[in-house]
Amino acid sequence: MVHSAKSASMDNNNPNHPKLSKTEKKFLRKQTKARHTLLRHEGIESVSHATESLVIANGGLGNGVSRTQLLRVLERCGSVEALLMPPNKPYSFVRYRTKEESKRAYATLNGKEMVDDLGQNITLYLNFVEKVHWQGLRPPVLPPGLMIVEEIVSPEDEKMLLESIDWTDNSLGQNAQKSLKHRKVKHYGYEFRYDNNNVDKDKPLPGGLPDICNTILEKCLKEGHIKYFPDQLTVNQYEPGQGIPPHIDTHSAFENEIISLSLGAEIVMDFKHPDGYTVSVMLPQRSLLVMTGESRYLWTHGITPRKFDVIQASQRQKSGVITSDAGNLTLNKRRVRTSFTFRKVRRTPCDCSYPLFCDSQSCHQNETFPSFPENDKEASELEQEYVHRVYEEIAEHFSSTRHTPWPQIVAFLKALPKGSIVADIGCGNGKYLGLNKEIYMIGCDRSQNLIEICGERQFQAFVCDALTVPIRSETCDACISIAVIHHFATAERRLATLQELARLLRPGGRALIYVWAMEQEYNKQKSKYLKGSRDSDEKKEHFSSGVLASGPLGEQNPGTSNHDSVCSISAINDLTREEGSNANGVINSKLPVHINRTSFHSQDVLVPWHLKRGPTREKHSEPQKLKSDPVGLPDSTPIFHRYYHVFCEGELEAACRMLNNISIQQSYYDQGNWCVIFKKL
Amino acid sequence: MKLLTHNLLSSHVRGVGPRGFPLRIQATEVRVSPVDFNPDFVTRMIPKMEWTALVEAAESLGHLSELPRELAEGYEKDEEFLRKVHHVLLEVEVVEGTLQCPESGRLFPISRGIPNMLLSDEEAAS
Repeated sequence: MVHSAKSASMDNNNPNHPKLSKTEKKFLRKQTKARHTLLRHEGIESVSHATESLVIANGGLGNGVSRTQLLRVLERCGSVEALLMPPNKPYSFVRYRTKEESKRAYATLNGKEMVDDLGQNITLYLNFVEKVHWQGLRPPVLPPGLMIVEEIVSPEDEKMLLESIDWTDNSLGQNAQKSLKHRKVKHYGYEFRYDNNNVDKDKPLPGGLPDICNTILEKCLKEGHIKYFPDQLTVNQYEPGQGIPPHIDTHSAFENEIISLSLGAEIVMDFKHPDGYTVSVMLPQRSLLVMTGESRYLWTHGITPRKFDVIQASQRQKSGVITSDAGNLTLNKRRVRTSFTFRKVRRTPCDCSYPLFCDSQSCHQNETFPSFPENDKEASELEQEYVHRVYEEIAEHFSSTRHTPWPQIVAFLKALPKGSIVADIGCGNGKYLGLNKEIYMIGCDRSQNLIEICGERQFQAFVCDALTVPIRSETCDACISIAVIHHFATAERRLATLQELARLLRPGGRALIYVWAMEQEYNKQKSKYLKGSRDSDEKKEHFSSGVLASGPLGEQNPGTSNHDSVCSISAINDLTREEGSNANGVINSKLPVHINRTSFHSQDVLVPWHLKRGPTREKHSEPQKLKSDPVGLPDSTPIFHRYYHVFCEGELEAACRMLNNISIQQSYYDQGNWCVIFKKL
Repeated sequence: MKLLTHNLLSSHVRGVGPRGFPLRIQATEVRVSPVDFNPDFVTRMIPKMEWTALVEAAESLGHLSELPRELAEGYEKDEEFLRKVHHVLLEVEVVEGTLQCPESGRLFPISRGIPNMLLSDEEAAS
């Protein structure tokens, strides 16, 4: 188990730098400004007296500060009770246990620089807040992959199961049964070791699982709640006031499915996403909790030790999320709850989509993943390894997930005059090439394997790079570039692809461009990418995309600069930087690996692709040769990482504006993508 | 690769510019596959073509199909002519062979109808 225990380091190394009064004045001005902008734009009111809670301007996921980094800084001042980092916001909230600690943080950290995820210095501005806006930041929905089946057992079976556990019988050995600090546990099948949070896979306990469990497990199999018969059982008994610290079950220890029966009483379990939001879920008596996918691999779960749970007054003991509707909450007295948690011991390394949280995959990380490119040559190499070669490998599987054309792109193509000549630059498997029989479409892509699929479909297609397209100038009435430009690793190269599109167009011709957006939630709407289910490949990955060089500006003030303007400014800075040096001075910063179906925390990322191989092409590919294939274990699905630069609001437009021979006709957001239509002058 | 596509392609080797057009075709396999005749479509395509290059390409494949060297006035009403252009633009396809840059001599392979126009970083660098 990966316990997310926070070290309450109290060593306060107050730097006590003597400050110049001029600097102090400047800093006070900035702090006041931060306070005003938080109030004006976010409705966050700060107070002048000390409280336990602080709002930290500039210390947010929205400007590239990661949770671990910020926690490290915050915990130097005291024990952090809670840290809330709303997605895509340039601020966060921290709550300390005592006012002394929060005051110390205020004194030590206010106006202090810290290094963000991209290695840039950013200045933090702190203000006390009375109330922390914990609520309303996430709609209360169950974590993806989590399910609760009510009344899975009858009251009679419940009684039988409870009576079957003999807490006095120690025949399985001392270690199989323990009174832990906060609960009683008993193990069957395999002993769960709390020293390494794993099981001894070659040391099964005698007797296996109790026979009495067979009926319920068979029922679960039959009803499809689980796919495999479990071979490990942990029985936990919680007295009122007891609990279990938040944890993720060790990935390499157990398979995807973890199920848990709640017997004797209901309880509220807390699920927490690494971004910081918590979902409290009622597990009714006699219900079955099923954790798979994201809820099993990414979210921690735990039970807060307390004697009462806060529950929904109107729902009482029904399963589901406890919302923060203050008018509908009540207390529920806890009773003795016994859980039967069934797991299947994993025999192969974990191949989940959350490598950052995966002990099977983590060892590969630092060795393999590339750094942010510092010059054109490195960018080209990065694209070669983490875009081109990956698409060659995944072409067939990728193509099988790309069949539905996007409506607004279809509309653009259908509206073109008859007899138009149209080039699709980066056409992939050619899903847009045959849509309008009245126009002449040619497609090109960097991937030979994808272009061969176009050829098999009788489309006109050829292999080339979007930086140099072998089409004579001013021949095209229209061009489309869908999910391509985000694969180029520097702002210069992205601009060059736009220039190339403009070159192909005749005067008056129009180009439609789609790139993946940093903002996967826009106007309070989540994109399909975030919403989609994990097993639907079409939704999972409508795009392949790219990189993030230009992080937030060092002295970004959350009020004065909104997300888009910051990003577009940095995009331009990036363009004007000197050859060979990175505008941000980022040296050797590793590209972060994006977690599929979550928000982006960085613009330049590696996005995993879990390859499902068709039986026919096996011979064709040798992914073990690829540097970008860190998990080439024989029995696992290979994971490839594609480089993307996800675009901020306004960034694509800003790049287009650098061209002097076009005018932007339309700019919009479409399902997690930024889109521009421009016209050649 | 249809000859209409060929008429749009140009060599993009660094420094060749407009002299990269037209690419010289050397075909080892040519296929003729029937396509529905759409006179309106062909009429709209003709002004977008580099006519001389089209005629030369057709000739080099042995499929000149009686195309005139020069475009005549009023061709849009000449169905017999439009059918010939239709045939050359859309029905004649190079399946195997090469394209050659007329300026640098660089060869690009065509395999299963697909030209591979990828350049190395050095060839492409501007």
